[in-house]
Amino acid sequence: MTTLPDGRYVDDTPYERDTGAEVRHAELDMSNTRLLWLRFKQHRLGLVAGLFLLFSYLILPFAGFISPYTPNERLEDYLYHPPQMVRFFYDGKFIGPYVYETTAQMNLEEFAWEYVPDTDKPARLEFFCEGSDYRFAGLFKANTRLFCAPEGATIFLWGSDRLGRDVFSRIFYGAQLSLTVGLVGITVSFVIGIVLGSIAGYFGGFLDWIINRVIEILRSLPELPLWLALSAAVPSHWGPVSVFFIISIILGILDWPGLARAVRSKFLSLREEEFVRAAEMMGAKPGRVIRKHLLPNFLSHLIASATLSIPAMILGETALSFLGLGLRAPAVSWGVMLNDAQNLASIEIYPWTAIPMLPIIVVVLAFNFFGDGLRDALDPNRS
Amino acid sequence: MFTRKQRLAPEREGIWGEAGELGVSALLTVENLTIGFGDAAPVVDDVNFSVQPGETLALVGESGSGKTLSCRAALRILPEMAQVRSGRVLFPGRGDGALINLMDVSERHMCRIRGERISMIFQEPMRSLSPLHRIGNQVTEVLRLHKNIDRAEQRKRVLAMFERVGFKDPDRVYDSYPFELSGGMRQRAMIAMAMVGKPELLIADEPTTALDVTTQAQVLGLIKDLQKDFGMAVVLVTHDLGVVANMADSVVVMNRGRVVESGPAPLILNDPRHGYTRDLMAAAPEIPATPMDKDKESDRDYILEMRNVSKTFTLKGSSPWKPRTVVHAVRGIEFGVERGKTLAVVGESGSGKTTCARMALAAERADPGAEILFRAQTGGETVDLQKLDNADRLAFQRKAQMVFQDPYSTLNPRMRVKDALTEPMEIHGIGTNADRTARAVEMLRWVGLSENMLTRYPHAFSGGQRQRLSIARALMLGPTFLVCDEPTSALDVSVQEQVLQLLEEIRDRLNLSYLFISHDLAVVARIADEVAVMRAGLVVEQGPPDQLFYNPQHPYTKALIAAQPEPDINRPINLRIVAQGAGEPSSWPEAFRFDGLDTPPLTVTGPGHKVRRYA
Repeated sequence: MTTLPDGRYVDDTPYERDTGAEVRHAELDMSNTRLLWLRFKQHRLGLVAGLFLLFSYLILPFAGFISPYTPNERLEDYLYHPPQMVRFFYDGKFIGPYVYETTAQMNLEEFAWEYVPDTDKPARLEFFCEGSDYRFAGLFKANTRLFCAPEGATIFLWGSDRLGRDVFSRIFYGAQLSLTVGLVGITVSFVIGIVLGSIAGYFGGFLDWIINRVIEILRSLPELPLWLALSAAVPSHWGPVSVFFIISIILGILDWPGLARAVRSKFLSLREEEFVRAAEMMGAKPGRVIRKHLLPNFLSHLIASATLSIPAMILGETALSFLGLGLRAPAVSWGVMLNDAQNLASIEIYPWTAIPMLPIIVVVLAFNFFGDGLRDALDPNRS
Repeated sequence: MFTRKQRLAPEREGIWGEAGELGVSALLTVENLTIGFGDAAPVVDDVNFSVQPGETLALVGESGSGKTLSCRAALRILPEMAQVRSGRVLFPGRGDGALINLMDVSERHMCRIRGERISMIFQEPMRSLSPLHRIGNQVTEVLRLHKNIDRAEQRKRVLAMFERVGFKDPDRVYDSYPFELSGGMRQRAMIAMAMVGKPELLIADEPTTALDVTTQAQVLGLIKDLQKDFGMAVVLVTHDLGVVANMADSVVVMNRGRVVESGPAPLILNDPRHGYTRDLMAAAPEIPATPMDKDKESDRDYILEMRNVSKTFTLKGSSPWKPRTVVHAVRGIEFGVERGKTLAVVGESGSGKTTCARMALAAERADPGAEILFRAQTGGETVDLQKLDNADRLAFQRKAQMVFQDPYSTLNPRMRVKDALTEPMEIHGIGTNADRTARAVEMLRWVGLSENMLTRYPHAFSGGQRQRLSIARALMLGPTFLVCDEPTSALDVSVQEQVLQLLEEIRDRLNLSYLFISHDLAVVARIADEVAVMRAGLVVEQGPPDQLFYNPQHPYTKALIAAQPEPDINRPINLRIVAQGAGEPSSWPEAFRFDGLDTPPLTVTGPGHKVRRYA
């Protein structure tokens, strides 16, 4: 530091003229996607939730392999069987996982069936055993299962329901429908939302006016009665798969207005950007401008917002099925399973019939955390 | 080492000896301030300065030099992620005047200091006023929070302050919303808000950067006047050495987070010692003191000619039964861009210069009756841009391109440099992929960037580099005519200088013709072969730079030249000339006055020099 006699201060450190030379920075060469991933990794909860969701979707094709029973397999002797415990030590010795056989007895004081375990005979679980046939990933016939109970014993990890079907197995099979309904629905709503939103935002004028009015009308309809009306219109003789598709499309059709509005407002602001005007002045056609310049710039935001709206779809399916208007037996979904838990008395006596609520809560939470993490990663300015 | 309590004890004279060197009774002292983000190197590094009561201290530096952070630290309004790593900010307490360290006081105490004793003016007048509250309401808030006085008295004081900052009708302003005021008026309202609490220190963060030059001159004059009246100290944050020369008593020059030079303004501006300060002074654009000789050609070969060009926009009335408003954005433009030369159009925001540029590129259609003629080659075919069909338009777009203003929005953040550069050729279906890439590499080299930048994304580049990329993209199709819409106004002075140089170089090398839009006369003085000054949609004066700058005829041109802040302490802004020319066209001297749509004709007053006046 030098303070000159005339009261001025001049910094001593050698001064290099900034020639605007390139700054070499690992971060600078990275694509946006990579930067996004680096930031997303910081969000622990989001990362864990994302991994959990990835895992959940990956095991969907293996539902038949993991679950010991097929979804509609009835064990008539074991109605409303409570969850069974898997034990490892018998008589102080480790003998591997086993269950006890149970027999039904009438409790004449409470007038309820009770299942009494036969503690003398441990029935060891079998692994990679053969059970009843299922279709692996819906394509190949297979009958190998991860584990099953030995002859004479049963394995109801989370109990059985009113018809003697295994709740644990049904939850895995139900996941196939319940988790994918959100994806199909969001695809439908994405396509409609992006197409209409970008038309409204880019071209403006009369088209914009029309699309806005349609959005307002759709938004003003009360949601639940509308769902009910639409699904009541589905012919009752349709198979479970067609009903499933119709339900997800209905959910998608009702969901797009929010997305279309987001797309429209983003387009309105993005099209004022100079790179869009530059492309137009180069002679780019509207289709090219939208595809190359506008959409890529907020696709990641759309994905984040989509992740946040999948839970709504899942809950929507559950609500419809719970009310008996969505998927119907023999299709299995979490909502259909909860349909059995409508009766307060049965929940009181057989609380395990409400277990399908747990995966719903966990999945919806996971989607919310994951979406939150994505959103934070997209917006580096927020702390 | 002293503990903090000991250091702050006012009776310990000896300790204050150090601070005393900076100034015996400094109002605000910043000592060893270091601020950083995360684990990165500090962005403000060991900064020291002090402000005497009643003086103006200018913090000068380019963007990213840490000047704004340093003064925001004084009010403790730093971004959440910023950490103050060390340093003290000393300010005399109320009453006994004992110095307190603003870094340590409670948040409640800080609230009493902000607004009442230290207040701040921000850069963006639109964003610093709440759009939902009336101006009077917002300004009165300061008094409601800090002074215990009744409503009638509050209103009286606010109105008095409005009158003081130059509002002609304070009552009307009191009841209006921010959007009803122009940028300059809003900045005056901001100043009124900052001043109404009679603070001892005003921090002005680039208060005039977003304003037109003439408005800037008037707002600076106002701050100076108020400072004299109220005897307050001002910390002025700016990147413009011209503003510093006009305002400051002492100067702190910052570069990359460090103070490189500080001291009294005359010393530093007249005789800069540090290399960086010298570079800054050299880069500051100036209107040259002596006329430059430019060779004159009698035979003019226009590449673009605008004849009788007007543009009116029709705005919807506020309700269906109210008549529609017709806005005359541009009226009766007659000028041409000569081949290989630069025509500069200068004017404030809203003067119609950007509309002109858009019409010159056929992005906007002029009113019927206009002729915009484009001749790609000397003696070649003439195209009327008013009557283009789609094929003609594509052909024209290959010959005429645009360089945009904002380096941060001119490139698509999701496109690699290679894709951005090859896009024009892709749209026009020229060449194979290899050809396009080869051309992109060549263009990169022309604008002084290296080939290995092709795979990068725009976020890896600085503002100046992005502007180079934008120029490279405009050159990809091999145009003969470029429209530059304020290509340097968003850049730091030193970078601005480099970009201007590049533009000149390319023009001479490729024999390009420029239509150069700018609000900055000093930039124009350097690059233009002919200048047209626009006001309210009309060209008020037009001529070669040596005529226009050294023999300005029109009061508005005179005002523009006078308002240009020069980094020379001996050439203060002449506010009288500014006030005369910058007012409404109806307040100009008789010979120049506009009366609604009735305007004087462009009269030739010299060789190539035209002025809008009655003969």
